[in-house]
Amino acid sequence: MAGIVLDRIEKAFGETRVLKGVSLGFDAGAFVSLVGPSGCGKTTLLRIIAGLERADAGMVSIAGRDVTGLRAADRDVAMVFQNYALYPHMTVEQNMALPLVMRRLSAVERAPFLGRLVSGTGERRTAIKAEVAEAAKLLSIGHLMERRPGQLSGGQRQRVALGRAIVRHPKAFLMDEPLSNLDAALRHDMRRELVDLHKRVGVTTVYVTHDQAEAMTMSDRVAVMLGGNVLQFGSPREVYEQPATIEVAKFIGSPRINILPGEAGAEGRISVVGAATDAVAPRTTGKLDIGIRPEHLVIADDGLAIIVRHVEFLGSEVLVYARDTSGGDHLTVRLDPQAWERAASHETLTVAPQPGKLLAFDAAGNRVGLISTETAAQVQAHVPSRRVPRYV
Amino acid sequence: MNPGSQMPGSHDRSLAADLPRLALLSVLGLLFLMPYIWMVSVSLKPLDEVWRASMSLIPETFAIERNYGRVFREVPIGRYLLNGAIVCFGILVFQLAFALPAGYAMAKLNFRGRETLFAFVMLGLLIPAHVPAIPLYIAFAQTGILNTYAALIAPSTISVFAIFMFRQFFRAMPDELIHAARMDGLGEWSIVWRIIVPNAWPAATAFAIFSVVAHWNDLFWPLIAVSGKGELATPALGVIYFRTEEAGDDFGALMAAATITTIPLVAAFLLAQRRFIEGITMTGLKG
Repeated sequence: MAGIVLDRIEKAFGETRVLKGVSLGFDAGAFVSLVGPSGCGKTTLLRIIAGLERADAGMVSIAGRDVTGLRAADRDVAMVFQNYALYPHMTVEQNMALPLVMRRLSAVERAPFLGRLVSGTGERRTAIKAEVAEAAKLLSIGHLMERRPGQLSGGQRQRVALGRAIVRHPKAFLMDEPLSNLDAALRHDMRRELVDLHKRVGVTTVYVTHDQAEAMTMSDRVAVMLGGNVLQFGSPREVYEQPATIEVAKFIGSPRINILPGEAGAEGRISVVGAATDAVAPRTTGKLDIGIRPEHLVIADDGLAIIVRHVEFLGSEVLVYARDTSGGDHLTVRLDPQAWERAASHETLTVAPQPGKLLAFDAAGNRVGLISTETAAQVQAHVPSRRVPRYV
Repeated sequence: MNPGSQMPGSHDRSLAADLPRLALLSVLGLLFLMPYIWMVSVSLKPLDEVWRASMSLIPETFAIERNYGRVFREVPIGRYLLNGAIVCFGILVFQLAFALPAGYAMAKLNFRGRETLFAFVMLGLLIPAHVPAIPLYIAFAQTGILNTYAALIAPSTISVFAIFMFRQFFRAMPDELIHAARMDGLGEWSIVWRIIVPNAWPAATAFAIFSVVAHWNDLFWPLIAVSGKGELATPALGVIYFRTEEAGDDFGALMAAATITTIPLVAAFLLAQRRFIEGITMTGLKG
């Protein structure tokens, strides 16, 4: 078990700068996801942690030890690959035993016939066999030991790949989209199993995925990556509720967040598509992008008039895809089925954001802190000077 | 997926439906086999039948003992076959020992000059074996290793074709397999011999067939490297000696000698063919 620290990692492939000075740090035992669209550099970052790729600049340290110059084999981390990368010519048992065989037996002891002559080889092989069996038991693949990877299903291969990783008790697990080759139902089960496994084994895990649902449901902390940078590193709840930038807000959350043109008027009072709200952006004026999550829009008497274009009934919720009446912006509204049934009309709706749920972004895409009009009034009353109010 | 599981069915198709196809294939097969059939046929005939103007495949009188007996009596044909086996095996072992790691390095390792090196390999493919023959002969003569097995084996130990072929084959292997091996603590040599080679059997078998056939039948280099009455003659060279010195115009005996030198190769190929096909169907690299 060990924490991992990345310090200003840079990497370029030819002219393309894939990582532009990424710094991250987390404690031992954490389950951290690197999430982002394809091409954001997350897999490259994982390979740099693994030692399969060398960073152009920056430092990697695992368990307080600088491993930047070490080979992958010497870093004592294990990796699970998207296509599992099991050795096709070996049985499951041999696959899982190989990392231990390579580490504990010398070249002579590994040799097919010569090895038997060296004293102690037999005992060490027996010990390895026992450890492999134990790991197999943990993953309930004990009955597959004699099979070859070609004879296994996708889920079974995945378990074997996990088994090969845990059998040597590494300092950290690195997982590169390990679930993306599985079908949807199995993926869902494996997600829970991975979390369970992490709880039981307690090894620091770095998990790369493009699937935000995986990142959000499994991890303690999520690093949202885009264009070679980590835009935000926080708990799943933080990145969802308090995205640092508009890109993070757009990437995290499904269906996507609604982005509408807004404005901070007198005293920072926010209006969205011309409609006034109760939110205030202190010390800000001018145009802003306003983000509203689909579930934060409710049917109201007064607000934004929208034309319904498409409705998805999902049982527990109803997704309404709409446009505002001016015909410009697309909007998604997530309603509970009763609210949808109660709606006066199913062709046009009037919606308004729930109080306190607006997100505002400035021209550079950074989030602007908002407070309610009440708080603003109190601040005005109690702090007459032009001190910056503390955001909630 | 296992291609064997969906082989176009000899079970679900009736013989009648297959008949035209089989007939066409048989005719073509016969056409290609004709020289060999003729060779075997002549090797069975007495001399007067060989020179007869009419053509017949089946001899009227069999002269097996006479033709084959003459070969075994007058030339050390067993020795020639043994020489052929030693030379072909020696060449193949060295070719694989050099080409497998070289192919791996050029397919999967990043090092400066890799592309240049590969360009040289491609260039090597363009040079016919005959071009360096004279310089090699002179060099071997000066070092005094003409008329040895080494002289027969050495020039062929590095096959650029093999390097090229293995490189192409290894490139198709997923990088993750090698990355996984590195993380599991394997060094580059271990990766080659423990991971790459066991998964390269189809390519290695295919190459082995090319290599053995080419060197078993090679006449050019043995003719240069081995002189005199030739304790070291390979089968093809042995047949030549037999023709010029012993058999004269005795084509029956000559064809008998040719048949004897062909049989081991055919047998070896039939044996390898089974493994060859197994190798292909067992490869599940998607692991």
